[in-house]
Amino acid sequence: MKKVQFKSSYSQYLFLAPQLGILLIFLYWPIIQTFRDAFTMQDAFGFGSKFVWFDNFLFIFDDPAYFIAFKFTIIYSFVITLITGSIGLLLAVQANNVMHGKSTYKTLLIWPYAIAPAVVGVMANYFFSERFGLLYHLFHELWGFNWYESVFDSYIYVIIAGSWKQISANFIFFLAGLQAIQKSVIEASMIDCKNSFRRFWTITFPLLMPTTFFLIIINITYAFFDTFGIIDTTTIGAPSGETRTLVYKAYMDGFRGLDLGSAGAQSIMMMLIVLVITIFQFRYIEGKIHYN
Amino acid sequence: MTRFITSSFSHLILLIGILIMVVPVWMIFASSTHTSSMINMNGLQMFLGDSFYENYLRVLLYQGGFFKEITALKMFFNSFIMATGVAILSVVTSLMAAYALVYYRIKYATLLFWIIFITILVPLELRIFPTYSVMAELNLVNSYFGLIVPISASAIATLFFRQFYKTVPDELLESAKLDGANTWRFFVDFLIPLSKTMIVAMLIFMFVFGYNQYLWPLLVTTSEQYWTVVMGLKMMSGSIVHRFAFVMMSMVPPILIIIVLQKYFIKGVFQDK
Repeated sequence: MKKVQFKSSYSQYLFLAPQLGILLIFLYWPIIQTFRDAFTMQDAFGFGSKFVWFDNFLFIFDDPAYFIAFKFTIIYSFVITLITGSIGLLLAVQANNVMHGKSTYKTLLIWPYAIAPAVVGVMANYFFSERFGLLYHLFHELWGFNWYESVFDSYIYVIIAGSWKQISANFIFFLAGLQAIQKSVIEASMIDCKNSFRRFWTITFPLLMPTTFFLIIINITYAFFDTFGIIDTTTIGAPSGETRTLVYKAYMDGFRGLDLGSAGAQSIMMMLIVLVITIFQFRYIEGKIHYN
Repeated sequence: MTRFITSSFSHLILLIGILIMVVPVWMIFASSTHTSSMINMNGLQMFLGDSFYENYLRVLLYQGGFFKEITALKMFFNSFIMATGVAILSVVTSLMAAYALVYYRIKYATLLFWIIFITILVPLELRIFPTYSVMAELNLVNSYFGLIVPISASAIATLFFRQFYKTVPDELLESAKLDGANTWRFFVDFLIPLSKTMIVAMLIFMFVFGYNQYLWPLLVTTSEQYWTVVMGLKMMSGSIVHRFAFVMMSMVPPILIIIVLQKYFIKGVFQDK
């Protein structure tokens, strides 16, 4: 904190009030309602609700569809993180290597970041439609690709759609990370180690660790939440619910099924997952990596 | 010589990366300039056709076909209002909150800090139905206010501004105090001009965030008059080339903003010189 500060009895609260007000009304109030929903059950006609302890949670644990969505979400975030991270890193290293045109490459690779996931999904749809989808027909020739029926193929569809724009974000952050590494460190390492491939993995990559872990969190969050628009415009869960993320399933149960108790319980489960990932990041990873 | 080979290799990889990004978008664009019967017979196109004006003007201005009542032009207007509203509201409230957190000695500062920043862990998707029922209770369904405010309830920009203020040297406040500046003058005349890059970066970030919202507008607008562009993707009907044209137009505003203002964006987010 600052050594010099203002002291006042009220003006700090005037500065805080707008944000706190919005957060309390539009964030904390709904969160409290989420908890209320999760522990109550509405009767069939929506006239009243009663407190049911953990029944809603027990129901979702009994629901095989919940575990299918859970499994898919884990696989989806893992694969997206891996694909977008490695391609983003590869491109960033190359862009950092070239003498000329660095900023042109940056511009040509940064723009997909700005496209909405739903827009990406609709575009992917055109490439994977049975009627004139180029990728559909290419993959169909290769191994009989058919995402309407095969779970594996539908995974491939949503993974390609989900990864495409996220490469951009990984590229930008890795490039910034590479440019932040001091020249003298790289020059010194060039004297010690002639093999550029080994030099990268022993010197540069460890120095990129803070960026890498930051991006892992960013990518997981993206795969958990932002991909809603992609799933909703591509497979809609096809073949039969195997490509639904947890967020997508919670939404469908709440919206289509009007089961707010279950949607609330599922939301709280996801809050717990996010909390665990965050604590894991702060406690475990932040302690293990070295910032230069 | 090896230098030349490795750098050619780099250029090649980058070129492939760019092609992966550009080709799909180009093909949708090229296809959007053809006629529907052409697409239905021959699939997606690589080269431009000659129905550009016809298709795009029809999508932008035609009422009562593509969507039921609203024109695409009105949807762009709605998206623009929503994105601008989200950007300005969240950046202004975050600037102020971060100022109070860094420049004041506050009672319960730690508690306030956590009340604000824990919210980053609870994205709108996790509280979407309760947020909707709050909006319904406050009678804000089908309004710009309803589109904007719940999306602006975000502490991400506050986190960035707080980090930035902490790097501002203490001498700035000392000299401002010597000049007789009070807290408001210091905030407006000293700190805000100094945070210009950061403010622009956060405005861009939140604008794109607001523009790209899909689920929330889908839920909170039942009247077509408040439909936004991105949620409109779910609603469009009509011939395939008109859909292509609408998809192409939907991505133009955020891409344009990111490309034109990328210097500010990168500088602000990564805080490099």
